[in-house]
Amino acid sequence: MNVLLRNPTRELVISGPTSVEALLGSLQIIAESVIVICNNELVTRDTVLHDADTIEIRAVTSGGSQ
Amino acid sequence: MHHCQEQVRRAIHDYKMLEADQRVLVAVSGGKDSLALWHILSQLGYEVDGLYLGLGIADYSQASAERARKFATRESLKLHEIDLPRDVGFGVVTGAKIAKRAPCSACGLSKRHLFNQAAVQLGYPTLATGHNLDDEAAVLFGNTMRWDEEYLARQFPVLEASNGFVRKIKPLVRLGEREMAAYCVVHEIDYILDECPMAAGNKHLTYKDLLNVLEDRSPGSKAAFLFNFLDRAHQRFADIAVVERSELIPCTVCGSATTAEVCAFCRLQQRACAGTATPVKLSGSIK
Repeated sequence: MNVLLRNPTRELVISGPTSVEALLGSLQIIAESVIVICNNELVTRDTVLHDADTIEIRAVTSGGSQ
Repeated sequence: MHHCQEQVRRAIHDYKMLEADQRVLVAVSGGKDSLALWHILSQLGYEVDGLYLGLGIADYSQASAERARKFATRESLKLHEIDLPRDVGFGVVTGAKIAKRAPCSACGLSKRHLFNQAAVQLGYPTLATGHNLDDEAAVLFGNTMRWDEEYLARQFPVLEASNGFVRKIKPLVRLGEREMAAYCVVHEIDYILDECPMAAGNKHLTYKDLLNVLEDRSPGSKAAFLFNFLDRAHQRFADIAVVERSELIPCTVCGSATTAEVCAFCRLQQRACAGTATPVKLSGSIK
């Protein structure tokens, strides 16, 4: 599957099937800091991802000044 | 996504943030939180306009301004704009460098000053910001690490109007960053995805990362940390805020309430603009 990561933007190809939780774990990404979008739909940690899927892992942490 | 609207409705109710017919100005950055907040308040029926502040951070400011304008046009909402380099004489990057301040410090100072000044001049009694649960928990973490009593006294979802300051509210205080990003995806709100290039490595983001590790291992930690402070501890610091406000005097340059002869923003402007500081006339510069 093609995986797009943000901040910084980069692309990876990863073999499926795998769960969202396992994918994030393999990339050492804290689940609390991202949302995962599969084929333009939001998915939860237990969703199984397949080779044909297009995945975006979008970082949600933002902010500097208060 | 009904959940997000309900959480905002609950925050507004619990902290008595708004009356039904009150005009509200939302501080808009082009990011997920402020655009989602603007959308939610509009959906809840409030008379809500936006104010975008261009910070002069090259491509990033241009891209974020485009997101704010695009959203305002799509939703038929009114957007005011201030451009820091054009209207005030310096951008955050150059201003921070000349004044020897951290960029995030110069940015925060400029935002607080100009958003308030604009709200006063344009006649909005209330300014709403997109600070969410993660933002507030991270700020509380930093304030607690330093036991900064004055900042702890000021940390509350509502700051009442006084001494030339409009009322400030944080209606997203019950919602986390993941929820705000998800809200934007579901509602097809095009927000700026890139992080501000000036924010990399700042303490606020470090605190957020630490709290996310904690939240991952112990879900609910951030909410418990913040809301137990607000419910049980904030009142212990409240007197400090009252004393602080009673000691404010008008800035000799712009008239804003300050503890010094010249307020921190005018001092920044003086340093960044080679000794010149003039009150910013916002009404002529807002589109």
